[in-house]
Parts: sequence; C-alpha cells; structure tokens
Amino acid sequence: MKYKSQKVAYWFFALSMLLLVLQLVYGFVMGFARIGFDNLHELGIPFNTARAVHTNLLVVWLLSGFMGAAYYIIPEEAQRELVNVKLAYVQLISLALVGVVAVVGYHFNYWEGRKFLEIPRPLDFLVVINVLLFLGLILVTLFKGKRRTTTALVLSMGLLFAALLYLPGMLPFDSQVTDSFFRWWVVHLWVEGVWELIMGGILSFLLIKLTGVDREVIEKWLYVIVGLTFLSGVLGTGHHYYYIGVNKIWLIVGGIFSALEPLAFLAMALFAVNMYRKGEKKHPNKLALYWTLGAAIVSFVGAGLLGFAHTLPQTNLYTHGTLVTAMHAHLAFWGAYGMIVLAIISYSLPNMTGRKLYLSSRGRAAFWLSNIGMIGMTVAFGVAGVVQVYLERRLGMEFMEVQKETEVHFVVLILCASIFTTGIILYVIDFYKHGKPTDEALEIKMD
Amino acid sequence: MLSKKQARAFFLGGTLVTFLIFIGLTIYSFSVENDQSNHENITEAVVRGKKIWESNNCMGCHTILGEGAYYAPELTKVVDRLNMKYEGQGEEVIKSILMSPASWQPNGRKMVAYEMTAEEAADMVEFFKWIGEIDLNGFDRIVSPLAKEENNN
Repeated sequence: MKYKSQKVAYWFFALSMLLLVLQLVYGFVMGFARIGFDNLHELGIPFNTARAVHTNLLVVWLLSGFMGAAYYIIPEEAQRELVNVKLAYVQLISLALVGVVAVVGYHFNYWEGRKFLEIPRPLDFLVVINVLLFLGLILVTLFKGKRRTTTALVLSMGLLFAALLYLPGMLPFDSQVTDSFFRWWVVHLWVEGVWELIMGGILSFLLIKLTGVDREVIEKWLYVIVGLTFLSGVLGTGHHYYYIGVNKIWLIVGGIFSALEPLAFLAMALFAVNMYRKGEKKHPNKLALYWTLGAAIVSFVGAGLLGFAHTLPQTNLYTHGTLVTAMHAHLAFWGAYGMIVLAIISYSLPNMTGRKLYLSSRGRAAFWLSNIGMIGMTVAFGVAGVVQVYLERRLGMEFMEVQKETEVHFVVLILCASIFTTGIILYVIDFYKHGKPTDEALEIKMD
Repeated sequence: MLSKKQARAFFLGGTLVTFLIFIGLTIYSFSVENDQSNHENITEAVVRGKKIWESNNCMGCHTILGEGAYYAPELTKVVDRLNMKYEGQGEEVIKSILMSPASWQPNGRKMVAYEMTAEEAADMVEFFKWIGEIDLNGFDRIVSPLAKEENNN
C-alpha cells in the first residue's frame, strides 16, 4: 500500500464479504423451495422475495467490490491520496444503508418488481446520489493526480458509464414491452458492456502488478479488449429483444453481434494468460494470480461460451425464459465479476494489513472449492434447463409437471452449492484473519 | 504492429459507431410503421394491471414475454392456456386465484395469497389479455397451448 487513503477500500471489501454470504443464504432458500421445502414461504420469505434479495445482493456486493477496487487502484495510479477520505466513508455507509433498506423492504412487498431492478423508485434516487458522490471522489482524485494512466481511465470510464446507464431504468413506461426494452439498457449494457470495462481496468492493474510486464504492452491490449467488448456487446443487446415484442430486425442484429461477444472474453483470457507467460513470475502473492487468471478464463467459459450456447435466435426461441439462462448467468457472473472482485481483494488485503497470508492452504482451498462448486452448479442448472426445454417446449408438457421432473437436478445443485459455499466461507475466514488495515503497512513494499 | 494510439482509436471509434447504430435501430423499431408491441391497445385497465404486476413482483416467480424467474409458469398466453384447460373459464380462474385468501398451491408449489379486489383481478386479466396479443416473432407459438397441440400432431 502506497497511500494511507487506500485503506478505505478495505471497508468496501468487508461489506462485499458480508453481502456475498447473505446472498448465498437466500440462494439456498430458493434451492430448497425448488425441491419442495418452501417452509419459509409463510414466514415472510416467499420465492419472489428470496430471488429479489439474491440477485440484488449480487449486484450490491459486486458494486461495493468495484468501488473498493477503485478506491484502492485510483490513488496508486494517480500517485496521490484520495481527495476526501471522510466523504468516502459517508459514501460507504449510505451505500450500506440503501442496501439494507431495500433488502428489508423486499420482505414487506416494497419493490418495483422489475427483474434485477427491484429497488423502489425513492431508493433509486438515493443510489444516484451515492454513485455521484463516489464518482466525484474518484474523478477529482484522478484529475488532480500526477498521472492519468489508461488503466485508471478505463476503470473510471466504466464506473461513469455504469452510473449513466442506470438512468434509462428509471424511465416510467405504460407498455411492458418498452419497459423491458429499456430495462435491458441497464442490465445488458452493464454486465455485457461497461462492467467489462471495470473488469478490464482491474485486470490490467493486477496484471501490471503481478506479472511485471511493461504497462504500455498491457494497456495497449486493454484498449483492444474493451474495444471488442463494445463493438460486439452494444448491438449484442439485441439478443434480449428477439421475443419480447419488438421488430424482427433485432433477430439479425442481435444474432450476429451477440455471436461475436465471446471474442472479447476470449481475448481477455488469452491476454491474461499471455501476460502471465511473458512475466517474471516473481510476485509472491500466487493466490491473487490464481484469482486473476481464473477470472479471465472462467469468464470466457461462463459468459462467452455458455452465452453463445443459447444466443442464436433459432436456439433462443426454445431456451428463452428457461433455466438455461440461469446456467449461463451463474458461471458468467461468477467468472467475470465475482472472481475479479475476489482477485483484487486477494491482492490488496496483504498490502493494506501487512499480513502475508497468501501462502496458506486455506486460500488455495477457497479458490478450488468455490470454483469446483460453481462448475457443478452450472452443470446442474444446465441439465435442468435442457430437460425443461425438451419436455415443456418440445413435448408440450405442463410447466409444473416438468418442474417435478427436474427436482433431482436441484438436489445436485444444492450439493454443489454447499461445496461452493465452503469455499466462500474459507475465503471469508481468510479475509477476517488478515485483520484490519494499518498505516504500518505503508512501509511494506510488495509490488 | 498495432500501436497504443491505434488501439485507443479502435476502442473509441468502435464504441461511438455501435452506440449510434444502436440508437438508430431503437428509433427504427419503435417507429409507427415498425412497432409491433400492441401499443395501440393499451387501456387504462392494462396500465393498472401492469402496476399491480410490478408492485407484487410477480416476475420474481413467473415469466412474462419469457422474462422472470422460472419458478412458476410463463404467463404470456395464460388466458388461452387456462381457457383450454378449464373449458373457456380461463379469465374466471385467474381472478379466483388472485382474489383467494388461501395460497394457490399447484403440485405443492406455493403462490402468495394476494387477496386482490375484483377490480384489481379484472385489471390483471386485461393486462394478460393485452400481453397475449403482442407479436413475439414466433415465441408466442412456443409458449401457446394451441401451438403445442400442433407440435405434437
């Protein structure tokens, strides 16, 4: 750690850890409900509550992780302290408060009921204020800094666009079709667009630090990757528009450009692996390297390959609105965003606390168990999804009859989720064992 | 060999061009002659139905237009489907489920008992009927019971 103000990142990461664990709890609530144990239904947690909490906690823990990453990376890249640390803590507390109010509200039927954007409108405005404060702190720090690196610019651009793209989701529409159309401007352009900029920025920072490869080389390829992301991802939004009641032009445009989307993820995976091979391999924090390379590779499989598996209009006609989407979504979010947040935490935590726990076997077990568990969950969702498509969409069986047939796959899902959760618990224990950040860690040069 | 400057130009140029095309296609697909969203048939009851749909987070279990949570049935063609199952009484069945004080539990999977008023339930039915008439580029045939009959024959 080079600047005292980087310590604020720790508390954003701590919030991420807390919300991640809570997200898993609600995931289990849903898994058990699917095999018939929905006893919490009467106790105020029906499936729709569990699902809204599960997906919203995912978004908030990732955003908190991205914000923590920015608070850690930007001072180091700009070579100066954060402009106002107290305001960063205000921003953290207000983010946590908005999250808590939203999650509690979901248990009392207080929501908007729009997939992924369930946060009620009044809280939306608080989110906007919170994000503006965050962006203000980051951008002013960058502006006043001694240097403006490509890594910092790409990361900041991703965060800025993410904030701007939140706004179309707040537009009110009378038509379900228009509502859905612009909801994807937020959801798709976040996860298959600007969040990839954030991921690319964090990945670039980590590769520069961990491999020792020249910054100019890494940042040049960063531009190529984010260029490919937008070139395919923006018009790739069309794959959400095939069957929601808009013009057939999207079948062609969405089909072509979403088929190109895996290229960006392939480029990212090749980029990360090549930089590692070129590098000096001297950095002692191998655990951070595991998570960094893992994020690049798993995101290619989850977001790239599994996305491609059902993105063509001919296939999507049958898979649209089935568990096949859940299969792709789980590995994609985990690989692209979950793992990159855990990578920056694994890298920065020893630097902020001064404790080098990255040689312990607990950290490696956390990496392997969580990844093996998530791959198992993906397979379980995939099998359930294919069975659902065949029985319901091809053979014409009733929805609930098919659900009964797929229950066994959810037993497997719960078992794999238990392995995944064991990995995450080990990661959280590791996080806790590092202790709190300290100014004494400033003396330790690890880069 | 590609320089950093060229890479940046590729990123900025590609992003700008694709965003402009995207906005152009959005305008194109919502223009009057290309719109197929059944917008002209949206009534006040449909709008009220949509609000009830959202305020109860129905999408948190069901899917509509193929979007939702895959825990409960797709409702895009729910009126047609229940009409077939209950001999033309689809609308009445939907209303009774929504107005019931007891939880609807097909095959043991529970739905929240919303205890809607008759007016609210009627608005929901209008919303479903409006949704059922949207041109979904062939997806309606996949989720429609009539199409399933055709597939099986």
